[in-house]
Amino acid sequence: MKRGPNAYRPAALAALVVALGLVAPWVFPQAVTQLAFFWLMVLFALTWDVLGGQTGYNSFGNVVFFGLGCYATALVQRDAGLSYFTSLAAGMGLSALLAVAAAALLGPLILGMRGQYFAIATLGLGTVAADLFAGWDYVGGGSGIVPALYPGPIGERNRFFCYVLMALALLTFASLRWLYGTRFGAVLNAIRDDEDKAEAMGLRTTRHKVAAWMLAAFFLGLAGGPVAGLVGFVDPRELAFAGTSFGVWMVLMAVLGGKGTLWGPVIGAAVFHVTQELFWTYLLGWQRVALGLLIVVIVVFFPQGVLGWLRAQRPQWFHETLDEGAAAAQPAQRDEAGMRAHERTA
Amino acid sequence: MSALLEVSAVTKSFGGVVANRAISISVPQGAIVGLIGPNGSGKTTLFSSIVGAHTIDAGAIHFDGRDITRLRVDAIARLGLIRTFQQTRVYRGMDCMRNMLVCAPCEREGLGAMLQRFPPALLERAESLLDFVGLHAKRQLRAGTLSFGQQKLLEIAMALMREPKLLLLDEPTAGINPTLINSLVERLRRANAELGVTLLVIEHNMRVMMSLAERVYCLAHGELLAAGAPQELRRDARVIEAYLGSH
Amino acid sequence: MDNLAILAQAPVFNLQLLVDGVLIGALFALAAFGMALVWGVLRIINIAQGEFVMLGGYVVVYAAAAGVPPLAAVPLAALALYVLGWLLYRAVIWRVVDQDLFVSVLATFGLSILLQQLANQLFGANVRSVDPGLGTLLLVDGSISVPYVKLVAFAASLALGVALVLFLKRSRLGQAIRATSQNARAARIVGVDTDRVFASTFALNAAICGAAGALVAMTWVIHPYFGLAYTVRAFMIVVVSGLGNLAGIVAWGAGLGVAEQYAGFLLGAQFQTAFVFGLLVVILVARQLALHRRRMVLR
Repeated sequence: MKRGPNAYRPAALAALVVALGLVAPWVFPQAVTQLAFFWLMVLFALTWDVLGGQTGYNSFGNVVFFGLGCYATALVQRDAGLSYFTSLAAGMGLSALLAVAAAALLGPLILGMRGQYFAIATLGLGTVAADLFAGWDYVGGGSGIVPALYPGPIGERNRFFCYVLMALALLTFASLRWLYGTRFGAVLNAIRDDEDKAEAMGLRTTRHKVAAWMLAAFFLGLAGGPVAGLVGFVDPRELAFAGTSFGVWMVLMAVLGGKGTLWGPVIGAAVFHVTQELFWTYLLGWQRVALGLLIVVIVVFFPQGVLGWLRAQRPQWFHETLDEGAAAAQPAQRDEAGMRAHERTA
Repeated sequence: MSALLEVSAVTKSFGGVVANRAISISVPQGAIVGLIGPNGSGKTTLFSSIVGAHTIDAGAIHFDGRDITRLRVDAIARLGLIRTFQQTRVYRGMDCMRNMLVCAPCEREGLGAMLQRFPPALLERAESLLDFVGLHAKRQLRAGTLSFGQQKLLEIAMALMREPKLLLLDEPTAGINPTLINSLVERLRRANAELGVTLLVIEHNMRVMMSLAERVYCLAHGELLAAGAPQELRRDARVIEAYLGSH
Repeated sequence: MDNLAILAQAPVFNLQLLVDGVLIGALFALAAFGMALVWGVLRIINIAQGEFVMLGGYVVVYAAAAGVPPLAAVPLAALALYVLGWLLYRAVIWRVVDQDLFVSVLATFGLSILLQQLANQLFGANVRSVDPGLGTLLLVDGSISVPYVKLVAFAASLALGVALVLFLKRSRLGQAIRATSQNARAARIVGVDTDRVFASTFALNAAICGAAGALVAMTWVIHPYFGLAYTVRAFMIVVVSGLGNLAGIVAWGAGLGVAEQYAGFLLGAQFQTAFVFGLLVVILVARQLALHRRRMVLR
């Protein structure tokens, strides 16, 4: 595969983002929580897209893994009797383990079906989890849990968790970037494009789908603890298993930015996070209506998302691929997901 | 030497319709065997039965010495039995190279194998196979943008990438520009001779069947009508009647 | 599990649960019937199904507040939702009809969020209901109470179901719908305007849900977020009984209603919705396992 000068743009962009992320909490201390949530959104969008855009399996229940993470970490902090940071780390470890286990148990059951059945099966997962945890006294019932108090001033706490979430988001991004270049990533895309064909070619489709979901669960579980620590409480409906907010946003961000791509969910998270502020300020009360409308509009009218639109407008910013056989062909575009290519067939 | 593929008295019905009735065919290692018959005679159904796409009502199928009657599609494919589709199926969202790479056989099964990047040797092999079918120039293009004939060629290249022992081709020349059919047939013959791939081919084009197959089976109304060398079958009265009668 | 003891000691209470279950089950069956229609004809799964039910309920709530007798508001709800369904088809749905299921699932999901939040904004999050003032029937020495309105709702759903079946069998549009569901291309060839059929079917489905929702508002309660549970119930019933099986839909609808009543009683009302969603997963998995033996998957 040829790597033109444009190949260095994503790397430069990533470096820029990381640099900004490291510096921003000091330059804009009042926006640290905002920044922390931005990183969380990036993680949400990326993990949704693994199964969603890359494999073609909509999950409306990924928030369950995040919620498990919130609770597991808070519980370890409450009951394990360790010092703050040790219990945080142990809690996050347990969170990841539980989330992955949940995906490993549930996945083989519901990922053996085709996409639309899986999607609907996941619709209720968040609600079931919320109801179960809200009715369980050990985890605080409807009031939830208050995680351990950070041993330091609030500004420091916010900065700390902001960096933790940034690290998690970057880890997710780097892992997926690597993953999508492997055979595993190609198999996921094959499942998306034609699952019957993939099976007919001998690919173990269910195994790959479950593994993909477990991967998403891993990062979502890890993120739960830091968010709980940052927010200061774990509420089953409002935070942990917030299906109508987090659950919906995951889908929206990936679709908005360009599903099935690596940078798409990141762009979507950025655009969403910025506009969310505007929405909340100017559309107060109606912002969630607008979000639902946005999902419909994007899915129906702009399925390629921001990234896809950008590629169509400025193909030279991306890798160009020439149809070497055709004499007077226009530059065709190699692509990672469903996109219209411009090509004259010889 | 026992055959690579042994289909024994396979029967399959859909609802009340018997699509295949007690069909037995045998495909020797390294051979090119043809399957002909008028539309609706059950050829594609037989293919689907062989590759495990549906269960069969009676009979047995042996491949490479193993009983594959109860195996599922993906397991059978991993044993080296690959089929192409009549309506041509490729991974439309990915470029041709990626289509090829994802078809590379995976020797090891575990997580480590899944997470490999594609080694340069594999990339070379994919490129050379694309070249073999004449699609090298188009290798970076999205498969969905190729013409029907080009997608057919891609599908065949993908099947070859899988290093099959037996390749079931469902009407490989249907919809191909007549001027290109000869080169396609030539490529299939070369795949058989050079790469050692046994072929079982459904074809409507008699000229192709004559030049390609060593042995031909003819189906009609879900039953095996005749079997033999292509020249014999061409003169067989029953075969002629089956075709003429159905038009 | 003291409640289990109650059921054993006072068997007549089982009858109450049974009656309640069957009566609400008829409404579930209506929603399922509509979903089966859309699924069979347009080949899409309408995740916003429950929201149509919910909106039908609100029509009645506001109509009643405006002085319209509640029962008369049922056809009003059906009509209002018919219009909404038709508009949604023209605006959004027709674009996703021939795309892959992935797109239609996302699109109708977005629609469901949109309608849900719209209702929350416009009508508030409080639980609402309408009392048509028909009184209650008491059976078995007063141990079983059945509000008359529930009986009326049951009868209305049956009547609506019968009307729909007749419509599909006898009327021209109904036949066009059935033809399109069997083979859209063939239908087009013989002159059926499939686009109009799609629009009518989608609108009809919305109307059915609207009527069901209107009845729900009178027999139980509604609030902006209960739609998802109805979508899931309708989907479950269709999966279990099969697309064309009307008798199955009615039977399984009743069965689900009863199962839910028992679950609500034994597990607690706060877990009733969780039970529904959990049951969905169980049913899908069971289906999948059954198909697995025949080398098929739920598709």
